Amino acid sequence: MTERSSVGKSPPRVDAIDKVTGRALYGADIILPNMLHGRVLRSPYAHARIKRLDTARARALEGVMAIVTSADVPGLRDSGEVPDPMLPCLAKEKALFAGQPVAALAAIDPHLAEEALDLIEVEYEELPSVTDVLLAMRPDAPIIHPSLRAENLAGKDNGPSNIFWYVKYLRGDVEAGFAKADIVLHNTFRTSTVHQGHLEPRAAVADIAPDGKLSIWTDNQSIFKVRELVARYLRLPLSRIKVMPVEVGGAFGGKEHQQLSPLAALLAQKAGRPVRMVMTRSEVFKATRPSPATVIFIRAGATKDGSLTAVDVTMIYDFGASTGMPGLEAIHFGFNALNPYRIPNFRIEGYDVVTNKAPSGPYRAPAAAQATFAMESQMDLIAREMAMDPLEFRLRNAVAKGDLTLNGSQYSEIGFRETLERMVRYLAGKDGPKGKSRGRGVACGLWTTMSMGSSAHINVNTDGSMTLVVGATDISGTRTAFAQIVAEEFGIPLKDVTVTIGDTETAPFASISAGSMTTRSTGKAVYRACQDVKEQLCRKAALRMKVEAGDVEFLCGRVQVRDAPDKSISLAELARENFGLAGAGPVTGSGCSEPLGKPTPVFAVQAADVEVDKETGKVRVLSYAAAQDTGLAINPTIVEGQIQGAVAQGIGWALTEGYVFQDGVMKNSTFQDYRMPTAADVPFIDTMLVEVASDVIPYGIRGVGEPPIVPTLATIANAVHSAVGMRLTELPMTPEAVLAKTRGREEPEDASLSRGHI
Amino acid sequence: MKKQIRVRVNGQEREVMVEARQTLLDVLRYDLRLTGTKEGCGDGNCGSCTVLLDGEAVNSCLVFAVEVDGHEITTIEGLAEGARLHPLQQAFIDEGAVQCGFCTPGVILTAKAFLESNPCPTEGEVRFAIVGNLCRCTGYDKIVRAILKAAGSREGRHP
Repeated sequence: MTERSSVGKSPPRVDAIDKVTGRALYGADIILPNMLHGRVLRSPYAHARIKRLDTARARALEGVMAIVTSADVPGLRDSGEVPDPMLPCLAKEKALFAGQPVAALAAIDPHLAEEALDLIEVEYEELPSVTDVLLAMRPDAPIIHPSLRAENLAGKDNGPSNIFWYVKYLRGDVEAGFAKADIVLHNTFRTSTVHQGHLEPRAAVADIAPDGKLSIWTDNQSIFKVRELVARYLRLPLSRIKVMPVEVGGAFGGKEHQQLSPLAALLAQKAGRPVRMVMTRSEVFKATRPSPATVIFIRAGATKDGSLTAVDVTMIYDFGASTGMPGLEAIHFGFNALNPYRIPNFRIEGYDVVTNKAPSGPYRAPAAAQATFAMESQMDLIAREMAMDPLEFRLRNAVAKGDLTLNGSQYSEIGFRETLERMVRYLAGKDGPKGKSRGRGVACGLWTTMSMGSSAHINVNTDGSMTLVVGATDISGTRTAFAQIVAEEFGIPLKDVTVTIGDTETAPFASISAGSMTTRSTGKAVYRACQDVKEQLCRKAALRMKVEAGDVEFLCGRVQVRDAPDKSISLAELARENFGLAGAGPVTGSGCSEPLGKPTPVFAVQAADVEVDKETGKVRVLSYAAAQDTGLAINPTIVEGQIQGAVAQGIGWALTEGYVFQDGVMKNSTFQDYRMPTAADVPFIDTMLVEVASDVIPYGIRGVGEPPIVPTLATIANAVHSAVGMRLTELPMTPEAVLAKTRGREEPEDASLSRGHI
Repeated sequence: MKKQIRVRVNGQEREVMVEARQTLLDVLRYDLRLTGTKEGCGDGNCGSCTVLLDGEAVNSCLVFAVEVDGHEITTIEGLAEGARLHPLQQAFIDEGAVQCGFCTPGVILTAKAFLESNPCPTEGEVRFAIVGNLCRCTGYDKIVRAILKAAGSREGRHP
């Protein structure tokens, strides 16, 4: 095993000191001279035609400096250029969900801006809406996007539909598989719309120079994506827009979407002054991109000895008014629920459906958590029926290197079995939950990470320290990981590495910080930039020492002549002397990584002990353990933090979180009514990092952020089953829902209030 | 209508002209440019805007600026003494309790007020003390450990 100096250790994050002292700047902290305050007028209706939109009275109010409607957006004059054209940054003829932006304005004071919104006159004609995903799939449902055609809906009339993506995958003979099974279980699982819940609301500040060039600060997952989006809406060349880096107060996929930055840019352009826009928490809930609600029908069969014979699953994702991420959800990601196991016969059908509700988008391991909730609940039920240990049942069916994934490719190096065995050992050493109404649940989860093209740049300073510049937004501690890679490669202390996130003009291009890919994509580029610098240093050192370039190597902070360790020159010495008149010139290095289509699987296995209060129905999580095949953990403390945060989000998803809709309008858009876990709702979360190296990326890293939320929903549901002896198939498992189940009553029906999926 | 208030912020006497409807949070962030205090919800449910008002933790989004006339405020910017971090700040760094950092100022200030009233808390007491401070990144694990660690240090008990 290689002895490492920095990688694999847990130094404090490089950004921590700014964050504990209040110096770190987030989007809403940017305050510019002469700045205006922008606000958005939003549709109050789930589905409505905009018959008249008159901004004259608002415009006449003193202090209102700019108003924009869809008619003012260059990119909306004809279609084809803007992303998600069916859901433009400002509604055109129709509003498709309650909360959709209809107009935006900027005023000299935030209160004035709020007042001015009331002066914009909009005449709506309410249209029939559809908010129930199953009703939306019917042929007689009101059509939300008339131009939408279901892709791939083979064998069916390709007329207008609310189904925007359909997939079907088959292997073997499902019915024959069920015929061979000793036990076949059929269940329907439902999950609610949930929000990423980043603590920082959405914000954007746009400044405009006298020559019209725009600068933008906004919470984001890619400054380069923001630049491109704004350029498309404003029809500007990329060179006219600069996006600045800011700290991001939580993202979890939710900040891939940008609503405010084009609006702030348009308003700044129109007013000729900087404009700042910040969403209220209610706007964040109603109008950003929560995770889709689902209905999942699943039938699974197994033989008495615990071998799965067939799985038949139909997954329906309720995307609200968004057609974003077509297919990705139902296919590739939903797939992850089944891929941990050898399943000889399967049929998977996936439907992505639009409804007149808040549009959905990516949230940490998009779609996998919902699908895995269904599959892992089903696995638990089968194990119960057979009186088999649930981990033993999974071990019996677990995939290993060489097995086929559901799309026919072969698994490379994976650590599923190791992770399962680690959890088996952990639980063997832990007392079971004792007492009535207590229970333990386990579940597994899979997520596959990719890698995208990215780049990095290193300056060697005169004292031998290094300045690393990247363009990757840091949403998970990646800056620190990159600095550790540089320190490791040059054998220098971490304090000698400065890492800076540049703006879109000073930073080398970086791919989006998403998909558990950042440390892989940009980290690989950083690694290569290090090699580039080393090569240059070696060449220059060889020249100085008058030996052949091939005869030297970089070792422990020095360039030394191979086989003559006494003949060497230190990094600091080399760096200093390179700059003088007699020197060989500065050294800067760069590295690029290329997209890597081959997915790298990451497995997670989790266990929870819970207690259910029989009187109130409240579920309390007593203890929690999470094991994960992380590949090499560059910074184990940061990796643990990612896992613990994901588990807490999963606990919220399982127990308390969910949108409540009335006529398509979210009714619980505050943190009081949309209940995210507090410190009192979660226990310490034990983490186990199972470091089975991946075979494709430097250091064998796999990707960390998303996998740990994948099994959590089912882990909690399985533990609740153990505690109360009954299965809850619908999330969230609120006290009301648990009581209704345990007392044999159905949840009280209120015809006007419904969860996202009903 | 504006009114002048005098308020001691991080040990410094400040005079500010405020509107009756302005919150303490807005005055801190936009008039005094102390943007370390964050706004996460604006309705007192997330704790990101926590500051100390005469030593007690309050949600500054729920306090009108005119109410603090003649009082003393501590924000996250006022916690370190020069380059010397407060033990809680140091413990948050050392324990890896800082992730996105948005909730961090509020949690640290809540914890400071709490440790002054309860210098040797149990895990459960710490969890209950910060129940009004939402965090979405950490699962609270390392935050609770950091607060317990700061409480264990002598300076943590008598900040």
